[in-house]
Amino acid sequence: MILVTPNDAVFDDGIELDSGKRFAPISVRYETYGTLDWSGSNAVLIVHAFSGDAHAAGYHTVEDRYPGWWNEMIGPGKPFDTNRYFVICSNVLGGCQGTTGPGSIDPATGAPYALTFPVITINDMVKVQKRLIDYLGINRLLAVAGGSMGGMQALEWAVSYPESIASAIVLASTSRLTAQGIAFDAVGRNAITSDPRWNHGNYYDGESPARGLAIARMLGHITYLSDESMGEKFGRKLQERAAYGFDFADQFAVESYLEYQGGKFVDRFDANSYIYLTKAMDYFDISERFGTLEAAFAQGADRYLVISFSSDWLYPPYQSKEMVFAMMKAGKDASYAELTSPFGHDSFLLETEQQGRMIESFLETTYAKA
Amino acid sequence: MPRHEGMHFNYDEIVRLVRPGSSVLDLGCGDGELLHRLIHRKQVRGRGVDREEAMIVQCIARGISVYQGDLDEGLKDYGSGSYDYVILNQTLQMVHRPVMLLQEMVRVGREVIVNFPNFGYVVNRMQLMFFGRMPVNRDIPYQWYDTPNIHFCTRKDFVALCAEMGIPILHEIALRRTHRVPPVLRNLFATEICFVLRGNHAPEPAQTSVSSS
Repeated sequence: MILVTPNDAVFDDGIELDSGKRFAPISVRYETYGTLDWSGSNAVLIVHAFSGDAHAAGYHTVEDRYPGWWNEMIGPGKPFDTNRYFVICSNVLGGCQGTTGPGSIDPATGAPYALTFPVITINDMVKVQKRLIDYLGINRLLAVAGGSMGGMQALEWAVSYPESIASAIVLASTSRLTAQGIAFDAVGRNAITSDPRWNHGNYYDGESPARGLAIARMLGHITYLSDESMGEKFGRKLQERAAYGFDFADQFAVESYLEYQGGKFVDRFDANSYIYLTKAMDYFDISERFGTLEAAFAQGADRYLVISFSSDWLYPPYQSKEMVFAMMKAGKDASYAELTSPFGHDSFLLETEQQGRMIESFLETTYAKA
Repeated sequence: MPRHEGMHFNYDEIVRLVRPGSSVLDLGCGDGELLHRLIHRKQVRGRGVDREEAMIVQCIARGISVYQGDLDEGLKDYGSGSYDYVILNQTLQMVHRPVMLLQEMVRVGREVIVNFPNFGYVVNRMQLMFFGRMPVNRDIPYQWYDTPNIHFCTRKDFVALCAEMGIPILHEIALRRTHRVPPVLRNLFATEICFVLRGNHAPEPAQTSVSSS
């Protein structure tokens, strides 16, 4: 069992946000695994997905029941091999797991920011990560790797700080969310803001909008799965009964699962962070700043590994292909795999074996070339 | 796509055809062996396409840029004349729409290198003639019902198709396994045929010198 200790870095001068405002101070929660080599050339930044956190691998205490969220992928002898690489993971700006977000105390008022927290973008999250990397004394990252919203951050790193990364690993992600993706985010936000306890974001001294947040999470979970995986996992089974009772106490297994996931989520996630982070994902479109995707990558990092999953309908493979062709046209070294998996968008967290082999090989050759 | 297990076209023959420093798109690149040789011996900028996950992993492990895709989807996302060479090595006979793929290849590649097993090889002809059975031998080791080779052709068939499609043949290599076969014998005695075709966006004829041994 590998024990890790979370760290905090505070940047008193903050960052200039995409919205034009300066936001300060910013505290960043991060964890590191492995050892930075003498030349500082073996660092890999892991960027987490929407509901992830800085705890990517290992355990905090010997009593912990579960390890970090990507423990299968990070550790000695694993694809992100901590015997070779120095792996960093930080919680995103706007999050609620240690890094400054809407639930943090505004030093100017002594109260939580709530909706006075500025609207942020994926690029703003990456600016904060860049500050952290500078603070850790790393000039150039071997790779920035992440899935879903993490993939967006990896892409943002590639086009915003090409000189600071040797490669980007982009899993189950996109250069811009589809209208369908934005629609689901909007319904999730509506579920939260319709809960009377949300109270325009001011709920930190009372009861939180747990019901609204749980419904948002239930909806989110549907989008992370697939018809096939839900059919296989739940089918049309009832949770408690063997036969239909024709009353509303009948609960299908899938309903029970969603309730459970929704309930579990509200214990660890802040409703306002849900709003801010989904909005950041909706805004994300790297082609916008540079005119075209090809132009974005033309001035971006040199090496990419892009992986999509056959059953992912939230971040569909065609979007990954579009990115890869733009990378190719821009003359970049880009590899692409579309893995066959029934697990929908969640595949990038579950299909660790196939993608692990690719990532391991990709990192190795990147390390050899760097 | 799987390389035909029984056939190993002499990769060095292809390496010889390629100008140093050029750009190469290898369709059905398999484990990336050909691209690996081209990158190391001819300093090409190479990229592979293959359908199989296991092949993608091997290419990535070799540091080769590779795209997991199906050649039957065509090359629509590749710009016209965007590669100096498009290579289709031992794969033509496995695709569903070879004519469409050839059209796409001559659009994308300034030159196209394509090789395939010659179904007109004398041993095949004799098996069909004397035993009345589809040829199964060391060069074509599959039974008709489980073969990946769904579009076999003879050397003559391919030459006729190129004429019909208006694709100029720039160069030809006929091999019996790894040995060159003289032109007069190639229809009958070549197991493998390799053509260099002129793409729609070919360089000026003066530049298409081929450095074959």
